[in-house]
Amino acid sequence: MSIKLGVPSKGRLMEKTFDWFGARGITLGRAGSEREYSGYVQGIDNVDLVLLSAGEIPRELAAGRIHLGVTGSDLVREKLGQWHTRVEELAELGFGHADLVLAVPAAWVDVSVLDDLDAVAAAFRTRHGFRLRIATKYHRLVREFLRENGVADYQLVDSQGATEGTVKNETAEAIADITSSGDTLRANHLKTLEDGLILQSQATLFRSRAAALDEGGRATLGALLRRLSAD
Amino acid sequence: MTDRAEVRREAARLRALFENAGARPVETTILQPAEVLLDLYGEDMRARAYVTSDALRGEQMLRPDFTVPVVQMHMSDGAEPARYTYAGEIFRRQEDDPDRANEYFQVGFEIFGRDTPAMADAEVFSRIFNILKPLGLRAATGDIGILMAAVEGLRTTARRKAALRRHIWRPRRFRALIDRFAGRAPVPAARAALLDRADPMAAAGPVIGLRGEEEIMTRINALKEDAATPPISENEVALLDAILSVRETSDNAIERLRDIAVDLPAISASVDRLADRLEALEARGIAARTLDFEASYGRAQMEYYDGFVFGFYAESRPDLPPVATGGRYDALTRQLGGSREIPAVGGVIRPGLVLKLGGAA
Repeated sequence: MSIKLGVPSKGRLMEKTFDWFGARGITLGRAGSEREYSGYVQGIDNVDLVLLSAGEIPRELAAGRIHLGVTGSDLVREKLGQWHTRVEELAELGFGHADLVLAVPAAWVDVSVLDDLDAVAAAFRTRHGFRLRIATKYHRLVREFLRENGVADYQLVDSQGATEGTVKNETAEAIADITSSGDTLRANHLKTLEDGLILQSQATLFRSRAAALDEGGRATLGALLRRLSAD
Repeated sequence: MTDRAEVRREAARLRALFENAGARPVETTILQPAEVLLDLYGEDMRARAYVTSDALRGEQMLRPDFTVPVVQMHMSDGAEPARYTYAGEIFRRQEDDPDRANEYFQVGFEIFGRDTPAMADAEVFSRIFNILKPLGLRAATGDIGILMAAVEGLRTTARRKAALRRHIWRPRRFRALIDRFAGRAPVPAARAALLDRADPMAAAGPVIGLRGEEEIMTRINALKEDAATPPISENEVALLDAILSVRETSDNAIERLRDIAVDLPAISASVDRLADRLEALEARGIAARTLDFEASYGRAQMEYYDGFVFGFYAESRPDLPPVATGGRYDALTRQLGGSREIPAVGGVIRPGLVLKLGGAA
């Protein structure tokens, strides 16, 4: 049987992934037209390329429908409970770096650490009658982080895009989002908390712990991982 | 795997035992408005309960426990005093431990009444104790009220006490606050710099969002006031630590607590309540003086309890959650009752675990 390798289907993440495999003698490419989501693999036999949205790769790995997958470690941690029992982290690919951080308005001169945020959340609730809103799409990661650090009296509001704008628009008081340079935060008059780094993420090669393998598949996987120096 | 029909029968049997004790059987809906639970427990609740929604009623939760809806029911139309029993499924989201059930039966018994809280505590505990007796479980007890009284009794500002009270159920945060208020933890550099600045808002840039400049200044003034407040004394911190480390049989625990109360008289009334409870338990035939008592028991998991707390554990099966838990939750009735409140105590048994362990009386 052949083994299935899941790779992001578009953009910089796809190109960089192709480059990373190419540098190790495995050529990945998209078949047919720009619009067709199928691909080819050269340099090793019995490996199928599956092009997927980066956000779906964790789910496909957990279900065992792909054997290997490249996606951001933030997405695996957000979407899979007990992620390390379901996938194995094989290699960090050195691109797609992003930090998930908590940020508040830069004008909140009285807030620099989580301890301040917690105190402000309590006062905010008393004053405004509802819990301080934090806009994010990383609900699980943010909630766990705040629980571990004992921050209370907040609520998460879902934001799937333009999260940095929510504070100015008064639909949130703080945000938790991915940032690479911090420029967008600054441009939106936000600042990160000193101890508000929730997760450092980068593109990572994962192996599914659930995907079935016969003897041939196991041999192929072993050979591929040796070529990638990721075994 | 125990048969569901069997668990349901066992649940009905246990509920009948509480009905025989004069409790009125009540039912609650399975879908509960999410807002009430989120306001009580905060965002953490989403990690523990299943949330669903429709366009008409908004967010709802699959009932994560009975206590909140039973309290609401009582506060809106209950006569006093009252005792209730119920049996049914509750739902708990499990994201980290695949072996923990996410849906199971609970049978509960709750007493609402203003007279003789010690007797009510003793009755709830002893009824559950007697039902579970054949299982040979270990009973753990505690009393959150003692720690709360100790916090009230600290010689420090109301603001510091409120901050500590708010985090009583988050031991790590509570410890961090104590360290800061006692001057053990250094003041964060950014805060020290802020308090030194003549005009803190000078370089703040545009103020965006709902939290305005006046709120920021109010907090800065509060921080200044706090910086000028003397630290909580080492002596008082040692007394708090002494309370938190009490973990022995009830008769020894009460001696220890009485010793501590000499230096921290604020806890005297709550230690008296503990003594009354032990007496009431003895009167009901429980060997109360040898019960395990742990002053910090229930701090990490049982956030609406504010007095007596207890749990029953199968010591041969450390993999199982407690077979029964309960406690006093006077403050919850205040939060859910608007301006009204009524002392209340209750407990729940998990019939599925009872059967798994061989059946109860």
